[in-house]
Amino acid sequence: MKLLSQLINGLNAGSIYALIALGYTMVYGIAKMINFAHGDIIMVGAYVVWVAIAVLKLPVSVGLIIGVAACAVLGIFIEKVAYKPLRKAPPLAVLITAIGVSYFLQSASLLIFSSAKRTFPVSFDIPAITIGSLVVPGQTILILVVTSICMIALHLFINKTKAGSAMLAVSEDKDAAQLMGVNVNKTISMTFAIGSALAAVAGVLFASSYVYVYPTMGSLIGIKAFVAAVLGGIGSVPGAMLGGILLGLIESLSKTYLSTQLSNAIVFGILILVLLVRPSGLLGKSRTEKV
Amino acid sequence: MAMLEIKDLQVYYGVIQAIKGISFEVNQGEVIALIGANGAGKTTILHTITGLVPAKEGSIMFEGKDLLKTPAHTIVALGMAHVPEGRRIFADLTVYDNLKLGAYTRSDKKEIAETLEKVFERFPRLKERRNQIAGTLSGGEQQMLAMGRALMSHPKIILMDEPSMGLSPLFVTEIFNIIKEISASGTTVLLVEQNAKKALAIANRAYVLETGNIVLAGDAKVLMDDDSVKKAYLGE
Repeated sequence: MKLLSQLINGLNAGSIYALIALGYTMVYGIAKMINFAHGDIIMVGAYVVWVAIAVLKLPVSVGLIIGVAACAVLGIFIEKVAYKPLRKAPPLAVLITAIGVSYFLQSASLLIFSSAKRTFPVSFDIPAITIGSLVVPGQTILILVVTSICMIALHLFINKTKAGSAMLAVSEDKDAAQLMGVNVNKTISMTFAIGSALAAVAGVLFASSYVYVYPTMGSLIGIKAFVAAVLGGIGSVPGAMLGGILLGLIESLSKTYLSTQLSNAIVFGILILVLLVRPSGLLGKSRTEKV
Repeated sequence: MAMLEIKDLQVYYGVIQAIKGISFEVNQGEVIALIGANGAGKTTILHTITGLVPAKEGSIMFEGKDLLKTPAHTIVALGMAHVPEGRRIFADLTVYDNLKLGAYTRSDKKEIAETLEKVFERFPRLKERRNQIAGTLSGGEQQMLAMGRALMSHPKIILMDEPSMGLSPLFVTEIFNIIKEISASGTTVLLVEQNAKKALAIANRAYVLETGNIVLAGDAKVLMDDDSVKKAYLGE
């Protein structure tokens, strides 16, 4: 029973990692860059919701919608201002810029909100479900439901809509996509918007679980989600989902059965092992081209 | 008036001038071949026409519209399709998804379905392999897919860049037969080819390029008998 409840804990954390990892992997797929500011979008989303609900006293539902929308717009804005001018620049320049944007967001929120931890105003009071001696917290159920809905919606969007097929085309070959009539800039903007909106959802779920909002809250979870994306195969949407869930499970099990202090080391150690055996990640492509 | 009229086109890659003031035209219904050695600028010309590469000077008029002033992603909807060099199919997607992307700018589902039927008629292999991942097709099949994908936009003119490159002789013959069929069905063709012999055999007119300039132009049959062309491009 202990194992089962730890697995559920792992699913809980893992599905948040997966939501964030989706943003990393989608942006990588389409812009071929690691958006290291992605983790900080989580923090911005949490702060926007905090301001809307705790300061402006808006209804919770309105606050949540504003948070998600603000992050989508922020994602588009960051791409236009910071990354688009560097589209033909060497990858290192883009990488450094992304790290710069990350620090910018953290410092800006430090200036605006100070380093004080704010209490996140949203908590979802959902009764726990008890199955025999197993207790599943309501929060966990909510997280699993919300992340599942997001993932299914994203899957349908990518595979069943025209805009989704444009995304797939741009991620494979921008020039060829443009020859098909796809507006590449618009598609890249859309990808950043979707990734950032998912990060905002993750931010709300994360902050409501861990109660506090603070300027560096996105750092570690952002890095872990990045690890999840790489573990699953960066650029692969199912890979990000799998990587996120796996990471959550490994973390939870290693905390319980091995060592709490070493759990991060174990998580990153497993990443290194997987990459040694499969450099392109679990579901990443390592196909040889046929001529 | 010519369907496609290129005037004084100059293209630079950084400081290097790739196209040095080229003018030529393509009339409705023609098959025009651009031939020349590697690096002569053939591919650059096609890329400039469909907006993949910006021009420095000149104009590219397509049915009265200056393509240099048209956003690149809207060009296909004007009736111009481009089969790029190296095919550039979407290797991770299925054959069917590739073809669907070819009709990206069209919205009438019924018309798209009709075009798809026509493409499958022309390329029965693509129909057999419609659910196969495009990257697993053979080179010749990928070329057919690239052509089918271009036809899905129902173009008035189709630009083809080295369609025979890297293919077995059997496929080369097949591809050129298909180009003839496409032309016979009323689509204008602008063909870039290293296989000058095959290209001249199916073209109405041709232009010979050398390092960014047109050095010879004229009727394809006449060029085929031209001594300098024979020597430089036909290996005779």
